[in-house]
Amino acid sequence: QGLLRRSVSHSLLSFGSITGACRAIQKLTRVRVVDNSTLGNTPYHRPPKCIHVYNKTGVGKVGDKILLAIKGEKKKALIVGHKMPGPTMTPRFDSNNVVLIEDNGNPIGTRIKTPIPYTLRRREGEFSKVLAIARNFV
Amino acid sequence: RFLSPEFIPPRGRTDPLKYYMERKDMIQRRKVFNIPEFYVGHVLAVTTADPCASDKSKRFVGICIQRGGKGLGATFVLRNVIEEQGVEICYELYSPRIQAIEVLKLEKRLDENLMYLRDALPEYSTFDVNMRPVPRMAHEEIPVNKLQVRMKPKPWSKRWERPKYNIKGIKFELPEHKMKAAQKWSQPWLEFDMLREYDTSKIEEKIRKELSEELEK
Repeated sequence: QGLLRRSVSHSLLSFGSITGACRAIQKLTRVRVVDNSTLGNTPYHRPPKCIHVYNKTGVGKVGDKILLAIKGEKKKALIVGHKMPGPTMTPRFDSNNVVLIEDNGNPIGTRIKTPIPYTLRRREGEFSKVLAIARNFV
Repeated sequence: RFLSPEFIPPRGRTDPLKYYMERKDMIQRRKVFNIPEFYVGHVLAVTTADPCASDKSKRFVGICIQRGGKGLGATFVLRNVIEEQGVEICYELYSPRIQAIEVLKLEKRLDENLMYLRDALPEYSTFDVNMRPVPRMAHEEIPVNKLQVRMKPKPWSKRWERPKYNIKGIKFELPEHKMKAAQKWSQPWLEFDMLREYDTSKIEEKIRKELSEELEK
């Protein structure tokens, strides 16, 4: 059940946030993979963590690419929502959401059930394939 | 009669001319676009204009958890849980991007700040996106929902059991000694502090008169 805190990971597919901190995504943040890829959804004893943010500042907001460490592998990912409040009229999610991506921008999963902010639509060129598999927009 | 809380100027030493000018602009906007009367705890549906959305507009349904800001920067935060993911959007009341605000369910809650819904079980924040507006019965009272919300296990984002937040709408299932320990942080002298008093009754009357005159024009 994703609602239980402190029950560290042994077969947690989607865990709720453990710290109450209100930051955007930076190195060593635990993130939640929201697409239906096998790499993101198979349980592992350690949650996926960010190890690098491809940004001038080390802080990642919606639409930034990050490097994730999942199941002992390095994978690039795209941030689709964070707990930190952003500009007004943009949604703020209850968990740091991330979509796994290849180096050329192709998403690994085939469906994204969780809602994605409309602001990603602005960058249609880079994220067209990710937006194509997204179902809900917020 | 209802007066929106963003009309009341905050306590301070700024020139009242600034608030007068802001109120004029707010009244101008209200003449063009109807902002309904709503409180914290109402379920609203907001349609905003957005260039990067299909049909150029998007609709969000949610429960209002907080109303903040004064003057033209007044905001309200709507919360909903979509596909097991909690989403909150902070809208500005007087933003020209907002195209319509509909009140779907009229219901006051026991508190003025429902931020504890983030740490409550998600069933208390889920609202159907295609909900029909519930018709209002008598045109006088707004029903108060005395719902006691059940929370997820601790830790929470804020320690809601402390008397500083003064929350009445949570069913605390904490042991007695924890509730007593939380009372250690109570500040019973705060309500008698004279320097913190801000009597808004006269200011409110003046503003109500102003509003009714302007809106009749």
